[in-house]
Parts: sequence; structure tokens; C-alpha cells
Amino acid sequence: MKLTVASSPHIRGDFRSSRLMLDVVIGLTPATLIGCLILGWRSLTVVLMSMACAILTEWAYSLVAKKRNTLPDCSALVTGMLFALTLPSTVPYYVVIFGSAFAILFVKLMCGGLGQNIFNPALAARAFMLLLFPAALTRYPALGVDGVTAATPLHHMVMPALPEESLLHMFLGICPGSIGEISALALLIGGVWLICRKVISIRIPAAYLGTVAVLTLIFSKTGHPLSWMLYQLFSGGVMLGAIFMATDYATSPVTPNGQVVYGIGCGALTVFFRYFGLFPEGVTYAILLMDAFVWVIDRYTSPRRFGVKKGGSQNA
Amino acid sequence: MKHLFFGGIHPKYNKEMSTTSLDFLTVTPGQVVIPMQQHIGAPCVPLVNVGDHVLLGQKIGDGEGLCVPVHASVSGTVTAIEPRPHVSGRPVLSVVIDNDFQDTPFPTAVPQKNVKDLSDDEILHAIREAGLVGMGGAAFPGSVKAMSAMGHVDTLIANACECEPYITADDSLLRTKPEQVLKGMMILRQVLRPERVVLAVEDNKQEAIGKLHTMQADFPEIEIVVLPTRYPQGSEKQLIQAVTGREVAPGKLPVSAGCAVFNVSTFAAIYRAVCLGTPLTERIVTISGETIEKPQNFIVRIGTPFHDLIEKAGGLTDETERVISGGPMMGIAQGDLSVPVVKATNSILCLPKDQNGAAENPVCLRCGKCVAVCPMRLQPLYLYRFGKCEDIAELERLNLLDCIECGSCAYTCPGKLPLVETFRKAKAKYKEAKSK
Repeated sequence: MKLTVASSPHIRGDFRSSRLMLDVVIGLTPATLIGCLILGWRSLTVVLMSMACAILTEWAYSLVAKKRNTLPDCSALVTGMLFALTLPSTVPYYVVIFGSAFAILFVKLMCGGLGQNIFNPALAARAFMLLLFPAALTRYPALGVDGVTAATPLHHMVMPALPEESLLHMFLGICPGSIGEISALALLIGGVWLICRKVISIRIPAAYLGTVAVLTLIFSKTGHPLSWMLYQLFSGGVMLGAIFMATDYATSPVTPNGQVVYGIGCGALTVFFRYFGLFPEGVTYAILLMDAFVWVIDRYTSPRRFGVKKGGSQNA
Repeated sequence: MKHLFFGGIHPKYNKEMSTTSLDFLTVTPGQVVIPMQQHIGAPCVPLVNVGDHVLLGQKIGDGEGLCVPVHASVSGTVTAIEPRPHVSGRPVLSVVIDNDFQDTPFPTAVPQKNVKDLSDDEILHAIREAGLVGMGGAAFPGSVKAMSAMGHVDTLIANACECEPYITADDSLLRTKPEQVLKGMMILRQVLRPERVVLAVEDNKQEAIGKLHTMQADFPEIEIVVLPTRYPQGSEKQLIQAVTGREVAPGKLPVSAGCAVFNVSTFAAIYRAVCLGTPLTERIVTISGETIEKPQNFIVRIGTPFHDLIEKAGGLTDETERVISGGPMMGIAQGDLSVPVVKATNSILCLPKDQNGAAENPVCLRCGKCVAVCPMRLQPLYLYRFGKCEDIAELERLNLLDCIECGSCAYTCPGKLPLVETFRKAKAKYKEAKSK
């Protein structure tokens, strides 16, 4: 009998990359379904097309670059899905295909692949598409009326004014907007799922949403600070960003304190961009900017060393 | 007040496999191989020659300095004194004894005095002469540890956590002979005079806890502390943190935090050494795992080859991929089953290929789960990254040497990185670079 002599540990848990990624896909499913129900079934085509394109790009790259096929880690599915969920349901298909391929090829694979990329692929692709096709990404259809565009709640708030939609409708997702962003409730359900499955910790979403809440409450642009704050939280990509984008493993800190710092940074920049930026939306650029600081944040938020008190003195 | 240690994991424990019967099996080996080094420190020098007849319990090796003697675990004839395979992986000078199956005992001076009347020195001397080492795995000479703790500790802890999966050796000891453990604790209490004497046990050993509670009236000085089960609770630093809330400073010994920790098996051996004059020639060993026919606890003579025990336990099935000395998290995989059981061998595990084993292409997702589970609050993903490229400055900044190699990170890693393996290699490189 040939015995294997290898390093401990000799048993490992059954955690796998693919399991984590599929949990994220499951977590995004409620938001996707609400998007399809409210904005029409073209949304589903957009999502599926984006996912298919991401997979094909990853597979083609492994063939052309003669690299190992990395499809089994399922991360391409998540990237494809996330990218599509930031788009309006009316977005032209070529934008979907172009953006999804760009996310996988240039933002992820060419940076070294899974875990190595500096920027969130879905958001980087969205930022790039926004530059190339601003109209296609900012024109939202009015609910229930074909061929008519509507101002999203976020557009109203640039005025600044409270949107026409009730807070309840905003929370449930009965309003115009991007496919995966309209329903705060569906996204929160997805977030609870991810936390229960231990895919993410609550630190980044809590710090992110908490910061947005505090800043918009203090610096309210209307006479109803509380409503203003809730509208800010339920509109645009804040929920999707805080729960699913900012928690992307490769582009967020790993230290507990670092995750809080990162979440606060994302929240503060989101409010900053929303208040002073050219676009009504700030989430994309807030997260992308914070991504650049992740390694620095990790470095300066190392957990306190075991056996050493805060400040560096050793325990007696 | 209960404290918690940081991080940790909840692996599948599989302890019930070896606890179905409380009767210990025994093996009578035809030959024993007794390594001259079974402890941390200087090896023993053999006191016998080839051809000598030795008796059960006779001292056959001893040395100076950080060293404890070894004894014959059978009576018989010394047939060889030569380097033999050892659980550590490197051959160690060993005395080979052919068993005459008589078990003729070596005449030992059973202490005539009551333990209470023994001086500290007499007790420490008895502990040393019995060849006692830490039996939980580290095998630090027991008398030296006790001596260095004298006057410096306020807490004496008996470690009954046995947090590694599969192993039930300490558990079975507590269920069958709890009084030996408690009496052993009272002996060291007499020497160390601590304020607290704690027996720390995890809550997955309810039967043992019940036994301990029924005996507690006779030992009111001893606190039984039941801790929520979590690996690696039995690691010295983590246990001290769980029991006292104190953290042992980097590079320091538990004494620096006012604590002395001994395994419960060591306490039972201390009792036998001091009260009965019995040297350490046998111990409880768990034989378990998915690929052994009859998992069971054994009382094993030190020096019994692994294959004798495996045979007695029904043999290995064809699915066996690894045979491990120790636990599945920190044990050492063996390539040669002629290696003997030593004083610190608490378990022999026979495991099939791990379905979750190392990936062909390990990839770090940066998920941070390793950071969350590290009980030493390190950042395994960065240690791995800089360990791979041997960046000594970064490894120092990340406190590589604090790593206790518990394997929690590698167990948890979804990318299946060879973390512990890389850290071991990096530590060797680090020490090499620092010694220049």
C-alpha cells in the first residue's frame, strides 16, 4: 500500500469557490426576478445574454492564451450577472455583449484572473460603457408605457426634490431604474442570504449603508431629512453596490477593520458624487475609487497582534 | 467568567467512531522499538548494551540538561541499538527489545510517604525519573515545565479539550479514571501553589463532564470549566485565553502569562509516577479513521510499532491514503508503519483520500475567511503570498513566527491553498535569513 506523506492539515472543509459564487447568483435572483416583473421580460434576456457572454469570453481566453480553463470557479457567471443588473432593461444588446466581454477580459483575466483584479469587473465595465454609450445607459423606460422614457427617482433628487414614487413603492421596486437596482427589499433579502451562508460579513454593507444614511440625514437637501435619507438608500445602485459590489472578494479588504473603513469610504464617496457629480449616480465611481485603496487599507488595518496590547506593549 | 479565543473552526469531529466501547484493547508486541528521543530537548544516551536482559520499567536511557529518561516497556533482550524510523520523519537512535512475554517488573521503590509529606523536590524528582513529558503532543519534559513555573503562576490548567477530530484518548481517560487526573492535579497544585486550579474540557464530552462533576466534592479546590467546542481550543495559547482571558506575548511561554498548562494524560501519569512509582511505559492511543476496520482506544506500550496496532484493530482497507500520527489537523503523515508509538502519540488515524483535498490549481479569492478563522489573528493570505516569494521583511511585518500551524486557515480556504505547508517552508527560510 502506498501511503501519502503530505503536510497537515489532512482534512479540509467543503468550501469551494464555485459554491460561494453560486450563492451570490442565488442571492441576486430575487432582485433579477423583480426587475423582470416590473420592467418586462427583456430584462431577463439582458441578464442571460450578459452571463453567456461572460462565460464565452472566459472560455475563449483560456483557448487563445492557452491557460487553464477557469470556468468551474463560476466567477464569470457572477460578473456577467452583476454587470447586467446595473443596466436599464432597454439597453441595446451590443452594449451588453461589449461590456460583459470587457469586464471579463480586460478587468479580470488580464489582471491575473480570479482574486487578482484591482477593480470590480462589473463596475469597471459599467463605467467604461457609460463613457462610450451615455445615452443607452441613462435612458429608462416609463413603467407600463412603451417607447416613453421616464426620469428615475434619482433624477428627481438631483433637482433636489423628493421623487413622485412613494417610499413603499421604492422599497418594493415599483419604479423605473436599472434591472437589478429597483427593489431594495429583494436586494436586502439577497444580502441576508449571503450573510447567513457566510459568503460575506455584514461589515461592508452595514458601514456603507450606515454612512450613506448618516450623511444624507445630516446634509438633507429637502425639508424632510428622514424621507430624503430613505429615498437615497432605496434609489439607484446603493443597495446593489453595498451588498453585492463592494463585498466582491478580490476588490475589498480582508481585515475586519479594513472592511469597515472601506465601507465608510464607499458610502462617503457615493454621497459626495451624488451631491456634486455630473451623473445622478455615485455608486459606480465610489466603489471603483475605493477599490484602488484596498491593499493600502489592508496594510494599515492589520488586526492587533496576539499577546500585544493596543499601542504595542507586550502583555506582562 | 468565561472568555473566548479568536477565530477557530468547527470541523466534523467523528469522535463517536472510537467511543462505542469503553474497554481498552491491548497489544502485546513481540518487539518494541524505544527511541532515545521522545521529548523536546537533548536525546538520551542508552544505558544498556546489545544482549542485555532488561526488565519492565527499567531505565534504559537518560541524559543531562533538558532531558528525561526512557524506560523499557516490556521485559526481554536488547537486540539492537541503532537509528530507526521515527514519527517525526527522521530516524532516531532507538533501543530494540525482543519481548520475553514475562513482564518481569523492575523493582521500583514505591514511595512510602504520604504525598502530602513529600517535598517539592521529591515530587519533581519522581516526575523526572518516571520519564514524564507533555502527552498532548509537544512532549516538553514535565518536570522542567513544572520547575520553571514554580513561583510564577497563579493558574494551573489541565487541558482536556482534545479539540482535534477523531481523537478520544483523553476523553476515555476521563471517563474511566478521572480520579487519577484529579489526584495528579492536586500533586502539582501542592508544588506550584496556584490560586486557581482549572480542568478545562469542551462541551462535546458530556459523559466525562458528568463523571468529573460527581467526583468534584472530593476535590473542592479544582474548578471544572466547560468550554464551547471549537478548534483549536486545546492549543496552549488559545486555552489560556479561553480560561483566563490573558494572551501569551509573542515568543513567550505560558509562564509569562502566569499559567501552566498540562494535558490530562500527563496529570494521570504524574499521579502514577508520584503515588505508585510507575514510570511512563504505556499510554492511551486512539486508533480511528474511516479506513480502519475497528476504531478503538488502546492501552499501548511505548515502542509498539504502528503496524501491530493497526493489525489488532482489524487492519487497513484498500481506500487508505494516509496514516497519521496525531490528529487530522496537526498530525504527521507516516510513510513507514514500523514507526513506534512514543510518549506523545495520542492517536493513529487511517484516512481515505480527502474529497476536499488540495486543489490542482489553488487560487486565492481574497475571500478573507483565513483572516476570520486565524486564532492568532494573522493574515494567512498575505503570509502565503509573501511566503511564496520569500519576502523576509514582509513576513516579519506579518508576524509569520506567531503562526501555530493549527491549520484552521487551510481547512477553511475555498481556493484550497497549501497554506500551512507554505508557512512551514517560509519559517525555515525566515530563520535561515535571520541567523545570517
